[in-house]
Amino acid sequence: MKQKKTLLTVISIIVLFIGVYFADQNLDAYKTRILNLCAIYVVLGLSMNLINGFTGLFSLGHAGFMAVGAYTTAILTMPDAVKGQNFFMVPMMKPLDTMHMPFFFALLIGGILAGVVGYLIGAPALRLRGDYLAIATLGFAEIIRVIFTNMQTITNGALGLKGIPESSNLWWTFGVAVVTVLFIGSLINSSYGRAFKAIREDEIAAESMGISLFKHKVLAFTIGAFFAGIGGGLLGNLLGTIDPLMFRFFLTFNILLIIILGGMGSITGTIISAFIITIAGEALRFLDESITIGNFVIPGISGMRMVVFSALLMIVVLFFNHGIMGTNEFTWDKLFNKFGRKPLVKGGNKQ
Amino acid sequence: MMNLSTFMQHLANGISLGSLYALVAIGYTMVYGTLRLINFAHGDVFMMTTYFAFYGISMFMLPWYVSFILAIILTAALGMLLEKGAYRPLRDAPKISIMISAIGASFLLENLATVIFGGRPKAFPSVKLLMDSINIGSVSIQRLTFVIPIVTIVFLIGLLYLINHTKTGMAMRAVAKDYETAGIMGVNVNMTISQTFALGSALAAVGGIMWGLKFPQIAPLMGVMPGLKAFIAAVIGGIGNIKGAVIGGFILGIGEIMIVAFFPSLSGYRDAFAFIFLIVILLFKPTGITGEKIAEKV
Repeated sequence: MKQKKTLLTVISIIVLFIGVYFADQNLDAYKTRILNLCAIYVVLGLSMNLINGFTGLFSLGHAGFMAVGAYTTAILTMPDAVKGQNFFMVPMMKPLDTMHMPFFFALLIGGILAGVVGYLIGAPALRLRGDYLAIATLGFAEIIRVIFTNMQTITNGALGLKGIPESSNLWWTFGVAVVTVLFIGSLINSSYGRAFKAIREDEIAAESMGISLFKHKVLAFTIGAFFAGIGGGLLGNLLGTIDPLMFRFFLTFNILLIIILGGMGSITGTIISAFIITIAGEALRFLDESITIGNFVIPGISGMRMVVFSALLMIVVLFFNHGIMGTNEFTWDKLFNKFGRKPLVKGGNKQ
Repeated sequence: MMNLSTFMQHLANGISLGSLYALVAIGYTMVYGTLRLINFAHGDVFMMTTYFAFYGISMFMLPWYVSFILAIILTAALGMLLEKGAYRPLRDAPKISIMISAIGASFLLENLATVIFGGRPKAFPSVKLLMDSINIGSVSIQRLTFVIPIVTIVFLIGLLYLINHTKTGMAMRAVAKDYETAGIMGVNVNMTISQTFALGSALAAVGGIMWGLKFPQIAPLMGVMPGLKAFIAAVIGGIGNIKGAVIGGFILGIGEIMIVAFFPSLSGYRDAFAFIFLIVILLFKPTGITGEKIAEKV
């Protein structure tokens, strides 16, 4: 039974990549870009859901980790000539200006650095709980942004970086997304994942069952930060330009919206809602632009799209606070149960 | 080394900035005291006031004092509306939901302001009476710099009287202690919470108007930073404690101005100071300067 499910998973991943191949061949640049964004938001959503949804730590520092990942990846992949053009005010710091490496390693180092920052922030901040933790992580993200604005010789300050090689294509983004889903999926089903959920449900009870709160909280936080850094790196090398203003609280809000809509503590929900929110974000662009119907021109109101999004967040929280999936997951078992004629006989060791 | 008159000028600036933080911080602390909720939208309520006052003066041609009073009343109403729409339905929901709702409300206000008022900054009208400078010895200081702390102290005394010596204030204190029990004892909990929001928002409105006069440029996102810093002030002073919020506001305001004055090379990091301060306080004395340690019941 277990082998059959693994086989099904492998087959569906292959089907996904065949889909990616056709999308890569046939779709225009605009649609490709939206699909790329969808996959990146899956990575970002999952990384935030691991911290907020599965471990129950309300952290608002995601934009900071993304900034670390995005800047690291961008700096390590930019050609020397482009670096020279960017840093016309103050030359870049010495070893960095001629340093570059393949996208994969740059991305990995970006993720690891974000993870290290996550650990350094998490180790002291995770002593706090609830809203205090939220405000402290928000503060840390803001501090990271201010530091990046002021580190002229490394980050080019407020000017940002332009001309980053656009290495993120569908293969990279969907590949990373699949790896993230598989990794976080198996993490959640491991003993670590059960410890995370126990901490989410009741910290005191979890601690008295012998779960080390500090170790598990910091672990979840660091892994979340790592994937946030990877997502940030992909995003930076997709957009081609980054600047500190991009990593304001607004970015965290977007990801928060995704995990709330999908359901805090559901991988499936996060994947679905990352696609919904990203595609809806593009589809609702018409709200910001003027529409012409016959002779009438309805002037667009810039910012209307964001009003819809913030209203959507409030509606979900006020009326459907479990989101699309709640804490449920898509599993092959459930699919069989739904379509199978006789109840499934489960194997001895349920995972 | 800076001379005494420059120092006094910085101190006066710090005190007036601190008073503004204090006024906004009181709103955070009052709401936290009653609902155990960080009202993320408080900074945006503060922003809305400046627009109310701006349109009162520039569009409806009202005299400035009428416009300011109207803006305060409208802001108080907005605060009550916010509580009713975004927080009351979730009062018994998990804390995380209320906080997300607060974040949503904050973004909704910011974006509505962008849509309605436009994203471009507007110039806040100046009031001649308050803008003139006065000279003390060799120091020339705007009259507003003195008016702000005085107004803050007057409102603070009024607020403390209201909370400690009136029936409404008694109801507020009862609800802050335990709103279920207060309800059983015959306090109208919903009304009291509404009043708390109205009062907190009105004080933020006073702060907002004076902020507009001091930094005469208003924009939809202007409330975010002062809001966060005022919240930090409330935490420094011990959240839930009104006097603490005021002390925290002054510490933060004076500290911020002084650090930039003494170390000009660090001025780029100005916004980071408040957060660093917050994190240090949270790690070493999470209940703030005036707070006591609360043990968690199992």
